[in-house]
Amino acid sequence: MMEKIEIALLINGRWHAVRVEPRRTLVDAIRDDCGQTGTHIGCEHGVCGACTVLLGGEPVRSCLMFAVQADGREIRTVEGLADGDKLHPLQRAFMEHHGLQCGFCTPGFLMLAVGVLEREPDIGDADLIEALSSNLCRCTGYQNIIKAVRAAAAEMRAK
Amino acid sequence: MSGRDRRDTWVGRSIRRVEDFSLVTGRGRFTADLAATHWVRFVRSPVAAGKIERITAPQGATVITAADLAGVKPIRPMLHKFGYVPVDQPILASEVVRFVGEPIAAVIAASEEEAEDLADGVEVAITESTAVVRAEDALAEGAALVHKDVPGNVVVEARHATPDFNAARKAAHRLLTIEIRSRRQNAMPLEARGGHAAYDPASGRIFFTCSTQTPHLMRTAIADLIGMPESQLRVIAPDVGGGFGQKMSLPPEYVVLVWLARKLKSSVAWREDRRENLIAAFHSRDQKIRLEGGFDRAGKLVALSADVTANIGAYSCFPTTCAVEPLMALAELPGPYDIRAYSGVARGVLTHTCPMAPYRGVARPVITLALERLMDRAAAAFDLDPIEIRRRNLIDRFPYTSATGLVFDEASYRETMEMAAAALDVAAFRVRQRQARTIGRFLGLGLATFSERTGYGTPAFAARGMEITPGWEKVELTMDPSGLVEARIGASPHGQGLRTTLAQIIADELGIAPAQIVIVHGDTDRTPYGFGTFASRSLVIAGGAALIAARKVRVKLIKLASHLLEAAPDDIVLENGNAKVAGTDRELPIASLARAAYHQAHRFNGEIEPGITEAATYDPPGTFSNACHAAIVEVDIETGRVEIDKFLVAEDAGRLINPMIVDGQIHGGVAQGIGNALLEEIIYDETGNILTTTLADYLPPTLREIPPMELHHLETLSKETITGAKGLGEGGAIGAPAAIINAINDALSPFRISIDEIPATPQRIRAALRAAKANA
Repeated sequence: MMEKIEIALLINGRWHAVRVEPRRTLVDAIRDDCGQTGTHIGCEHGVCGACTVLLGGEPVRSCLMFAVQADGREIRTVEGLADGDKLHPLQRAFMEHHGLQCGFCTPGFLMLAVGVLEREPDIGDADLIEALSSNLCRCTGYQNIIKAVRAAAAEMRAK
Repeated sequence: MSGRDRRDTWVGRSIRRVEDFSLVTGRGRFTADLAATHWVRFVRSPVAAGKIERITAPQGATVITAADLAGVKPIRPMLHKFGYVPVDQPILASEVVRFVGEPIAAVIAASEEEAEDLADGVEVAITESTAVVRAEDALAEGAALVHKDVPGNVVVEARHATPDFNAARKAAHRLLTIEIRSRRQNAMPLEARGGHAAYDPASGRIFFTCSTQTPHLMRTAIADLIGMPESQLRVIAPDVGGGFGQKMSLPPEYVVLVWLARKLKSSVAWREDRRENLIAAFHSRDQKIRLEGGFDRAGKLVALSADVTANIGAYSCFPTTCAVEPLMALAELPGPYDIRAYSGVARGVLTHTCPMAPYRGVARPVITLALERLMDRAAAAFDLDPIEIRRRNLIDRFPYTSATGLVFDEASYRETMEMAAAALDVAAFRVRQRQARTIGRFLGLGLATFSERTGYGTPAFAARGMEITPGWEKVELTMDPSGLVEARIGASPHGQGLRTTLAQIIADELGIAPAQIVIVHGDTDRTPYGFGTFASRSLVIAGGAALIAARKVRVKLIKLASHLLEAAPDDIVLENGNAKVAGTDRELPIASLARAAYHQAHRFNGEIEPGITEAATYDPPGTFSNACHAAIVEVDIETGRVEIDKFLVAEDAGRLINPMIVDGQIHGGVAQGIGNALLEEIIYDETGNILTTTLADYLPPTLREIPPMELHHLETLSKETITGAKGLGEGGAIGAPAAIINAINDALSPFRISIDEIPATPQRIRAALRAAKANA
């Protein structure tokens, strides 16, 4: 075992001080050290995107980063998406349009979409499809995910 | 809710899923979310075949090998027909290894990382031997035997022939053959497998949480293998991140976890990583089918013969056995076509590869590909339109007993095809196709019509001779004193939305809202025994049991109301949460009936049993849903790349309980079918080493590869199911490969080639085009 390093992660507005090995991935730290298990692990090699979180507002694959690289940084995960009981438009849209079945990829897709739409609210459809092609879903055939994201994008723009 | 929704009942409405809230807020509970005291890493075989000489553990490491598990029985799935030869799968490899990825040892440490580090230090000395990797190698004269007691590596071989076959074949006007091949796939649920076994000090029992589709069968199998009383084991399937069949079979790893938790009197967990999942979770689809069709002068198929070879890997899977693929292929091969003379042979062949298990569609994606290629070939041979040749051959009278004895209930094979053809505007496409060819662009249209046998009960499984004969499901329904309903089911949904759809079925019977009904599943302590969720069965079978149980509760509520409202039972109506006397303003909330049933039992003079709990089992004969899939593709002949321009499904699954969920099932199935047709392939080299160990090598489709789908529905209610519903979970995956491959072949028809192998990767398409050019 390697020596542990103390780091602090600001997850959904709350600081988590944890001691991790330098080799510990960010997703393991978020899930196992900080107890935020809403973020999922699908492949641990950066392809499926189930572990997508926002780091400083940008979608990242938290399985491809070491936790120590995120020391002191602001992280948003699916647990922080709703405002109290008030769901984020994307969460509502996924429910409304049946954008999930088993729900395992959903946190990653939600965070990816939030990141994309916050950065580029007027994103064109081709670019949106390209962006959402970053993540894998095995249940929905993506039909209702894209429908949900389009609907949420329209709602977020209208605000 | 959409325009096609029903308004007067809960059934038929696209209500939102009750499953979703926790899943979109990160509150889902999956197996990997649980903390454990001990973590396990499996040491796996790096070679396909060989003899284990010795296993050396690093200093201080806790390592469990086959020798430690001496008292644990091997997995020995059993079938009592078709010359099936049972094979044993040791929980951890002892003496020999039979595929790359086979678990040899379990390393236990305080963290996952430590377990991995220690596992890296475990040295396994293996004397390698020759591996047989492809089915044709395993069948060759003098081939190495995967199991020494299975001669010729054939673990099962079944034959079927109608008495008139030879005469019918002889009388045929024209014989056409097709040979198709489906390469190997992995169902690849996004959540890999995993288990968490915890010793409960209070009861001495083991609570085993795992990613499974079949919690009760897991309990039965694991308890039996370990030799512990079944009641000492509680199996929990929490949220499960997809299964598609891969999680219905028993993984040996799960047996190790339960055994360890008992031994250590502690909690022990394992989270399968993606590499393990790709190499050692069950594979599927590796099959070859040769068909010969004898047609009369009018293009009617009058004699069909089939030869099916399934590469089933190194072991047989529990509970279905490895015979599930070849036997289903043999029984269902005539498909939706009216063929009276049929002769077939289907075999399962052992190889030094990862074991095969059911995957969404089981055999039918491959048999549909074979039959639909044959139909298109016949269309070309008889100079008929692909739609016309199918018109002349599809079943159109019901009930229809097939050449293999299956009884097809009423369906709409022709109607769905005509529906698809009309929606596509085939004539306009042909014009577009001709024009495109003049500028060197190659468009094609492909169809696939198929039947999807679903919701079948014990007789269907018994026909296969399965020792474990699934079929029935049970539902227990309790209305609590506050009027809320709990339905406990043996089925085990993992994304299908059954908590929503079963509540819709029950709500209509009881006159209450679905929100007042909670479906409990996935816990052997809390649910009645059942087989789980697979084979497009749960909505039909658990749904049927839920309906019967709800009708019993309804009878009881009416009895209670009739006493309390002093009216004849026939005059009581249950609606909108109230029991009413028809034609009067007298009514009582249904919740008050529940209160009375529990707390004022004396008011019923001993005529009504206190409390409200009813149970029902349901074991239907089975039903066939059907669909026509149609694809329009463009093939780039320079690169071999296939782009799907349009994908259309005309589906008939009987009564739709929740149309939104139905569409979701079709979307997901079609996407997996597209992966099967174009992208996904598990590849072994000639030594049995697996080359596709990451998702950069094994390619499930992304949004970019999946076109928008257009869905149409017919609702031919099944007389064979109590709800009128037919299952449809697998259909998307069944039809899509055939529709796409037919479309590719239509696009490439000027080159006179036939693409009959899936996935039809750019490499395969280019190779075929190059060969065509060389021969020209």
